[in-house]
Amino acid sequence: MLTAADLAGGGVGGDDPDIRGRFGAFGGRFVPEALIPALDEVAKTYAEAKIDPAFLREFDHLLRTYAGRPTTLTDVPRFAESAGGARILLKREDLTHTGAHKINNVLGQALLTKRLGKKRVIAETGAGQHGVATATACALMGLECVIYMGEVDCERQALNVARMKLLGATVVPVANGSRTLKDAINEAFRDWVTNVDTTHYLFGTVAGPHPFPEMVRDFARIIGVEARRQVVELTGRLPDAVAAAVGGGSNAIGVFHAFIGDPGVALHGYEAGGHGVESGEHALTLTEGSVGVLHGSRTYVLQDDEGQTIESHSISAGLDYPGVGPEHAWLKDSGRATYHGVTDAEAMESFSLLARTEGIIPAIESAHALAGALKLGRELGPEATILVNLSGRGDKDMGTAMKYFNL
Amino acid sequence: MTTLQTVFEKARADRRAALIGYLPAGFPTKEGAVAAATAMVEAGCDVIEIGLPYSDPLMDGPTIQDAVHRALTNGTRIADVMRTVEGVARSGAAVLVMTYWNPIDRYGAERFARELADAGGAGTITPDLTPEEAGPWCEHSAAAGIDTVFLAAPSSTEDRIKAVVDRCTGFVYAASLMGVTGARKSVSSAAEGLVGRIRPHTGLPVCVGLGVGTGVQAAEVAGYADGVIVGSAFIRRILDAPDEASGLAAVRTLAAELATGVRA
Repeated sequence: MLTAADLAGGGVGGDDPDIRGRFGAFGGRFVPEALIPALDEVAKTYAEAKIDPAFLREFDHLLRTYAGRPTTLTDVPRFAESAGGARILLKREDLTHTGAHKINNVLGQALLTKRLGKKRVIAETGAGQHGVATATACALMGLECVIYMGEVDCERQALNVARMKLLGATVVPVANGSRTLKDAINEAFRDWVTNVDTTHYLFGTVAGPHPFPEMVRDFARIIGVEARRQVVELTGRLPDAVAAAVGGGSNAIGVFHAFIGDPGVALHGYEAGGHGVESGEHALTLTEGSVGVLHGSRTYVLQDDEGQTIESHSISAGLDYPGVGPEHAWLKDSGRATYHGVTDAEAMESFSLLARTEGIIPAIESAHALAGALKLGRELGPEATILVNLSGRGDKDMGTAMKYFNL
Repeated sequence: MTTLQTVFEKARADRRAALIGYLPAGFPTKEGAVAAATAMVEAGCDVIEIGLPYSDPLMDGPTIQDAVHRALTNGTRIADVMRTVEGVARSGAAVLVMTYWNPIDRYGAERFARELADAGGAGTITPDLTPEEAGPWCEHSAAAGIDTVFLAAPSSTEDRIKAVVDRCTGFVYAASLMGVTGARKSVSSAAEGLVGRIRPHTGLPVCVGLGVGTGVQAAEVAGYADGVIVGSAFIRRILDAPDEASGLAAVRTLAAELATGVRA
């Protein structure tokens, strides 16, 4: 049974945001005043829910009987041969219902929507995984669902658009700006400020204004809570390192958070390096960006010298975002976590390597973490154990793979 | 420089509301924005808000998004915004910059406040800077001698209204409705109620914006507010015009209609 400590961290140590929603210098709320009462309402309702045994019971029940938790841990020795012999363990979020870790957050927030007394849910999506997960939870709970998705993403993730429609959601293609995730978020905020009385904005990552970074993290936190227990059961000790892909940062914070209080466990986040730093076409927000405000939160941002957002690039729609959750910004600056870039090419090599050596087709997002783990293994040596969050499965990426590998 | 205080004292003496027009810098062109805003002043606007074009305008509707996109495509930068302020200030209106927070944050708050004051600007409106985060900006603005205007919304509680009003100088911006910028068929009934809830907390003028676009609406709002703010309706005139000259004429006509409205 999920406990309040599992959900909210149980005092892992000074890592909850302050009353303004700040993680150190990051986070906060930079939104139109009109939205503040709604954010306050979400924060208050969530604060009550996270210690309410009835809410925890319902969330736990859904995670077990609907999402398919706990997800298993898989040892991948054949894949790890390319990592200098280090042991690599995959946390199999790809095996959850809907095929990615996003279902955890979505079920939590959909329950919260009911608690808020709201009947309509809106969400943004990049790769479509959060949109599919949201549409799924809304179908399950009888909520009206509208998904905003950039036109470019609608094209490259057509299969997910069809899935969302089949699940009864309305998909609104967004034709503004770069026509990707950031513009879908802008459009969702516009909807929210207009329809806030009836609507919950089911935000998909650990970015955005307070309380989203904290709340989404808590709902994703189960990944690390389970994995920590499973690694110890399997190996008798904690892993030496944890690796995860970072776009907005929810799967990464989900697997990192239970390990923050373990100083011997290194935390490594892998951002989308796209065509490489020199090309300027990447999504290296933490490693190449600067501090600014985007989508309601102070964090690292890809921006020019006057604060205009620079369009990101990644072969993976889920990592193609010029911002990142404020807690990652804080973990970076405090030195507790380290962030690196993985190029499209490196990610695609790991994508195919895992498929051929282990019979697992990962999401391209997750393939960034796999590529990172291969490098990490070579650095840490054969005695090391590396936990990788395999955040989603690659079915949705077959179109991209067919093109990339000429399949 | 004409200050907001001067504008509202004059309007009060004339027993009318002030007319405030919005236009982004760089739209339709860098020079065109100065010409259009100057025409708006000549036809009756007391205050001009110059929008600072930003890549992610999440509280703007399609009309302003479109205009801002064009301004950014024109290569509009903060130096151009300052030049626009300078040009429009020559017309004798009080000139504000309306901007999302990130461009100021990135540019440097102290530098931005100083340069805006040097350009003859009267202050700023910062719609996504909440009272909790506004402390340093208010200090830099006060040091530079410019006003800070913030927004209250129909959803604002009494506590929030008080927090917003405490940060304001010049006037308080009452957002008439829950939604994004853009002209509407009628002005939201929430506007008058909100102005009424703001009044007990401040002696500052209270101005109403969002969804106002005709002389009739301006007259209605002028019945209970100290200022009427119009943005998208001006932009729409320019977007719909076949060329810059007719756009300018259309803007002038609208400003005159609105100016008659605030005097009704």
